Amino acid sequence: MFSASVWREPQIRRGGLVTLAIVLLALLGPWLAPHAATDMVGGVYGPPSGEAPLGHDFLGHDVVSRLLSGGVSILWMSLAAAAIALVLGTALGLLAGLSRQRLDQAITWLADVWLAFPDLILVLLIVSMLGRAPWLIVMTVAIAFTPGVIRLARGSAVAVASQEFVEAAQMMGFSRTRILLREILPNVLTPLLVHFGNMLTWGVGMLSGLSFLGYGVAPPAADWGLMINENQAGLLVQPWAVLAPALLIGVFAYGTNILAEGIARHSAGERK
Amino acid sequence: MNAHALMASSPATPAPTGFAPSVGAGVAGEALRVENLRVELASGADIIDHIHFSLAPGEILGLVGESGSGKTTLATALLAHARRGAQIAGGRIDIAGASLLELKGDALRRARGGLIGYVAQDPAMALNPALRIGNLLRETLLAHEPLLARAAQADRLQQTLVDVGLPGDREFLRRFPHQLSGGQQQRVMLALAFVLRPRLIVLDEPTTALDVGTQAHILQTLRRLCKEQGVAAVYVSHDLAVIKDLVDRVMVMYAGRIVEVAQRERLFARPAHPYTLGLLAAIPDVARQRPLQAIAGHAPAPGQRPQGCAFAPRCARRSAACTSLEPSLNALDSAQQVACLHPQLTAVAAPTVVPATMLSCADTPLLSLRDLNLSYDRQVLFDLSLDLYKGECLAVVGESGSGKTSLARTLAGLGDTAQAELTFDGQPLSLLARQRPAATRHRIQYIFQNPYRALNPRQTVAQCLQAPLEHFFGLKGAACRARIDAALARVALPPDAAHKYPHHLSGGERQRVAIARALVCEPSVLICDEVTSALDVSVQAAILALLKQLQGEGMTLLFVTHDLGVVRAIADRVVVVREGRIVEQGPAQDVLDHPQAAYTQGLLAHSPRLG
Repeated sequence: MFSASVWREPQIRRGGLVTLAIVLLALLGPWLAPHAATDMVGGVYGPPSGEAPLGHDFLGHDVVSRLLSGGVSILWMSLAAAAIALVLGTALGLLAGLSRQRLDQAITWLADVWLAFPDLILVLLIVSMLGRAPWLIVMTVAIAFTPGVIRLARGSAVAVASQEFVEAAQMMGFSRTRILLREILPNVLTPLLVHFGNMLTWGVGMLSGLSFLGYGVAPPAADWGLMINENQAGLLVQPWAVLAPALLIGVFAYGTNILAEGIARHSAGERK
Repeated sequence: MNAHALMASSPATPAPTGFAPSVGAGVAGEALRVENLRVELASGADIIDHIHFSLAPGEILGLVGESGSGKTTLATALLAHARRGAQIAGGRIDIAGASLLELKGDALRRARGGLIGYVAQDPAMALNPALRIGNLLRETLLAHEPLLARAAQADRLQQTLVDVGLPGDREFLRRFPHQLSGGQQQRVMLALAFVLRPRLIVLDEPTTALDVGTQAHILQTLRRLCKEQGVAAVYVSHDLAVIKDLVDRVMVMYAGRIVEVAQRERLFARPAHPYTLGLLAAIPDVARQRPLQAIAGHAPAPGQRPQGCAFAPRCARRSAACTSLEPSLNALDSAQQVACLHPQLTAVAAPTVVPATMLSCADTPLLSLRDLNLSYDRQVLFDLSLDLYKGECLAVVGESGSGKTSLARTLAGLGDTAQAELTFDGQPLSLLARQRPAATRHRIQYIFQNPYRALNPRQTVAQCLQAPLEHFFGLKGAACRARIDAALARVALPPDAAHKYPHHLSGGERQRVAIARALVCEPSVLICDEVTSALDVSVQAAILALLKQLQGEGMTLLFVTHDLGVVRAIADRVVVVREGRIVEQGPAQDVLDHPQAAYTQGLLAHSPRLG
């Protein structure tokens, strides 16, 4: 779908590099960490020193080690949640967009009601009722994201479905599945990919929010969201334990957003 | 008629205020003077260059060229505007003594509208749908003449509306744009331009979206207004036939240069530039059938102009000098200027008239439709019956809203709510494509009006052609590949087109791909819905020739169009449709030469013609 010219788009290059750097940091981090994430190697809220450049946290763990170990969980969870929402929402949205009848009304109504719940409240509700297993958290975040994808996919599909090349396919007698997958899906992929980038960002935010509220990854495991929560009491004494994970989350969000925007621009230019 | 005298005596023309004539202002008595105008892209490649011309008050200039010729760029440059990514890089535009390109900010804003009016192509897009007609006009007037008294304002609005042929009453002023017909909307656009009493009006193909009758009336109104009020006009069009009765002079553009300027009668009688000759030969003539000649090749894109004359690669008269010397615009005499090293200096021979070939039709129709009724929110087709015989080209003619497209879609199996009896090859056929057996479905194919929407932008040409081959014939791999190559060759596309996406292709090439997609299905009937109306005339000529050739190979064509010239060029029989009913049908020659129905006579009378 995309040619080699994608790399000529500066935003794709910049966003891609930033995102890649954070992902590599999270993946390789556990091997690079000088200490285990749960080793208490220093004093409570110990200040930065030569041995521990970012100091120690509320239990005396090395902040650098916890940072390096705490990225994987939050990244894979947000990636999984965004991917599940993308697939589920796209399927439902395209179905609604092409049928334009009772099925359309039903799906749209469902998505609207669903959207009326604030995301975080919905997730909190489910997690507090059913528990905090990682897969459960991923599923609830995905469910919170799905109606947005449905709306976007349906809207884009309706615009595409009225075009003559779709009618041409209908006239040839192609099956509905084929029309959905071959004619419509490729033409709505760009806005959906951009939305996927946004969902990754929101997912990281929502998961750290959950950790912050005590519903995410359970201590003593390392996690960027959890770190912000654990160390908030010492913000004035040893700010790095809070700022460093917050900064990494921010940089990741920036990277995926720029990447998504770059894809959108590239694809708009491609069709000119 | 002396336009100067008219202008001086016209009480409607206000004295120019607020524009101090700058040094070197245009010659007195000229409404517009353009000198050495150049518009270029950010890369420095020129879109238009070396543009010189002037207009007298009341003079109407037709600005003609195909897509990519730079005519729209020039038209907007006359408002000191360049589209995003382009800029006016040099030259001078003097309008009524003001040097337009030196104006900035408020002064420029007052000049746009006040000195130069603009009428856009599609009035439905150009009129703000949320404003009533009265408010639209009043806002425009007040923005430029805020001190006008209330009574004078109302008078001016009413006078302008009457001038452009609209009712000037209060009830009309309270209407919204969507409550008007397309013709009325375009008249409102004219009123918006004329209400400020400008010196120059720029019109960008303002009648392409209109029916021929409406178009003829609007053109008459425009000519009368320009002459009465001494307003100069630049009328942009791709179609020489349309402007024939409107303009005083014609300026032909090619690849960003003026290639020919001539008085109207001279240009049509004795075109000197080979490109003008080519354009004229490509226009289907409603009066007589003649072979249409397409101009081979493409116009060069900005920055890719060849050395020498830009038209040389497509020119039959080219010599060695043409590829090294760029010809400048030279006067042949006072009535004609041309930029060509080998201009045509004698009148062209009248085109040979093709003798009408009487088609020997089979007795039984290939496709037979009986009592078609179709309703959406209202009924659009009433008890419509027609027969399509094997090997013929049947034209379905009508104005917008006549139901001709609905008829074509129903035959193609897209008429969801239609009721009729349809037989194909003696067998009853369902009205819905998905209920037709695959063995018949592939034999009736449809080609859409707009080639820009008819191809999936995410599929290469090969993928687009491969899908029906797999679907209907189960072909894969090399066999499929061979059929694709054959189909591309049949529509005169190079084999490497197979790997291109639609956005790499021009409009004409896209339409060829759409035809190829129909051809790979091995159809017996091709339903063509206005397939050339989105294309340039020279491209239209090539597509029509292709369809004619397919018909010669045994294809049956149903050709939907609003253009009687196209009917003359291609059709054997005609069906004229009006408001969902057939008003006349018969052999094309008979209907076009001796129309019986008053409606057909009206259509013919208003059709633009060259002869």
